Amino acid sequence: MTGEPKPTVGLFVTCLVDAIRPQIGFAALQLLEEAGCVVEVPQAQTCCGQPALNSGDDRDAAHLARQTIAAFEGYDHVVLPSGSCAATMVHGYPELLAGDPDWAARARAMAAKTHEITSFLHDVMGFMPRGRRCDASATYHDSCSGLRELGVAAQPRALLTQVEGLEMRGLPGNDACCGFGGTFCVKYSAISNAIVTEKAEAVESTGADILLAGDLGCLMNMAGKLHRRGAKTRCFHTVEVLAGRAQGPAIGEDAP
Amino acid sequence: MNAPFKAPFKAPFKARAAAALADPVLKTAIDRTTGNAERKRAAALAAFPEFEAARARGQAIKDHVIAHLGHYLEMFERNATARGAQVHWAGDDAEARAIVTRICLAADARLVTRAKSMLGEEIGLPHALADAGIERVETDLAEHIIQLAGEAPSHIIWPAMHRTREQVAELFKTGHQPPPAAEDPATMVQSARRVLREKFLSADIGISGANFLVADTGATCTVTNEGNAELTTTPPRIHIVTAGIEKLVPSTAHALALLRLLVRSATGGEMTQYTTFHAGPKRPGDADGPEEMHIVLVDNGRTKMLADEFREMLRCIRCGACMNHCVVYRQIGGHAYGGTYPGPMGSVLTPVLDGLAASRDLPNACTMNGRCAEVCPVGIPIPTLLRAWRRRSWREGLEPGPVRAGIGLWAQLARRPRLYRLATRIGLPALRLFGKGGWISRLPLAGGWTDHRDLPRPAARSFMDQYRAQQKARK
Repeated sequence: MTGEPKPTVGLFVTCLVDAIRPQIGFAALQLLEEAGCVVEVPQAQTCCGQPALNSGDDRDAAHLARQTIAAFEGYDHVVLPSGSCAATMVHGYPELLAGDPDWAARARAMAAKTHEITSFLHDVMGFMPRGRRCDASATYHDSCSGLRELGVAAQPRALLTQVEGLEMRGLPGNDACCGFGGTFCVKYSAISNAIVTEKAEAVESTGADILLAGDLGCLMNMAGKLHRRGAKTRCFHTVEVLAGRAQGPAIGEDAP
Repeated sequence: MNAPFKAPFKAPFKARAAAALADPVLKTAIDRTTGNAERKRAAALAAFPEFEAARARGQAIKDHVIAHLGHYLEMFERNATARGAQVHWAGDDAEARAIVTRICLAADARLVTRAKSMLGEEIGLPHALADAGIERVETDLAEHIIQLAGEAPSHIIWPAMHRTREQVAELFKTGHQPPPAAEDPATMVQSARRVLREKFLSADIGISGANFLVADTGATCTVTNEGNAELTTTPPRIHIVTAGIEKLVPSTAHALALLRLLVRSATGGEMTQYTTFHAGPKRPGDADGPEEMHIVLVDNGRTKMLADEFREMLRCIRCGACMNHCVVYRQIGGHAYGGTYPGPMGSVLTPVLDGLAASRDLPNACTMNGRCAEVCPVGIPIPTLLRAWRRRSWREGLEPGPVRAGIGLWAQLARRPRLYRLATRIGLPALRLFGKGGWISRLPLAGGWTDHRDLPRPAARSFMDQYRAQQKARK
């Protein structure tokens, strides 16, 4: 990094982090700055448009895509603490705007510099957290979009090995969907419930203190089910542990 | 598209899914079969390092044939005819049924044996034969089971996968005369063998599907693990093949390249026990074989797919890997889908076959996790195709009013960042009133979530508000 200008990053915190758990956004901000980036949080961000995209409402999805591109395309990189929202920008936007002569190239250009945060820290910035400690056992769920659409698998695990005291345990069926699926979980709630019940059982079977994942949607689904079942597992976004912010309340334990 | 042939009344998808979810025996059956399939496929792939190259080749073969379908169809017809087979063309399911029934009636057939074929199910052949007063005997063991149970297949590879061994023992007790002497699989299979063998030898006509139609030889190819296809197609006077036109391959070598993918993806084996090429009827001097061979080539929506965004679905080689790895299929099984083809591939095909209005739930009842595409041996981007159906459903106004209203309202806010900020500023504290501690366990209009799981209580102030306050304080 020495001598070179610091890369600029536009941080898209995602609508769920904005409303439900701002701490994930602050953890992301902190890690990006530690990694040597100049981070900005454009005020024009709301939602990436995935609910519209996955519901077949391309008109609204395309509108949100253009709005988001306009707000973020000026940065060197666009980073999100979510594999699924990042995948929407990387794959969804270019597809949505492919037929729009004014926007197709801009969508592709933005897709090329959009990253899920752990893969950005690890692959692009070569960053490793230092001096982090978390005395607990933890298990990691691979959220589907990040895993299959962006190849996020080794990066979060590599970063987590740097956290002292953290004992990682394998999760049976770690790459099976948790049943969230965005609007799926309310449109087909009975099926979603059956899926997340199995996921909760798998998490409980590890006996881990903490469940980690890289997408708040999946985390809310799993944490909500674990809590309803009376499990003691605490749920955090990966970046919260990496930023040393897992000392405080876990998801659902409190809402400051 | 024709009106769907099957079941005159079907409960709505959600009701079918709910019934499936409430059936613990079904869940046991699904877990046994899909769990085994997943493990065996993984082991087969671990021993097949060239899988990615084979997949790319398989995809290229299918894409090539799809791009030159007319050419290969003509070549197949020419070569099959030269070998003495009679080729028939069916534009839709009704035509296909009529052709098969006509052949059966012309031959004065009373007993027909059938080797498992999903295409036969797709065109409604079992019902058509029954309506024509022709006795039909299913010779695949699993098809035999569901015929005894009066059911439809719940999986394209294991049609009776929804039934446990224990349930099959019960079926055989009443369905076999005399009943099997014991309930162990070997004795039960022996009993089925005895019952079926009589039928094999007395059938007038044998009907099979085809895994491949080989253009340059005019042969059809069936693969089985039980040998029932051979006994179905060889002893009777007449052999009828019903096959979708997407089953074409240029040559035998191409069929074998796809077979390597098909078998590993379906059962985890390296090769099926029986792989048979049927090239025309019995020739002078042949020891056995049918006197007539008829091949019914069925379109039924396929050329329409060719021209639209579902073209890639024509690559499908019907291995079933997508359903074995689908979290939704593994909870609700095959019957809940309500179409001929269940699971992810069925959710793409059923709207083609039965119409989107009758099946709009299927492409929506998917978490878009992408595992189906990951395991697909011919690289079909199933989630992309499902999203295409969602798009069409939205455009045609088939999505329910509350969903449209919800997405519409949310989009209006999300498209106006300032208004959105204001809404979160008002909405988050209001939402927090429903919470106790850090959780909300009951929330009006959000029963889809809170009926099953707690909702983390939202933050009092959004990230954006907190961030802006921090930035101001710094300055």
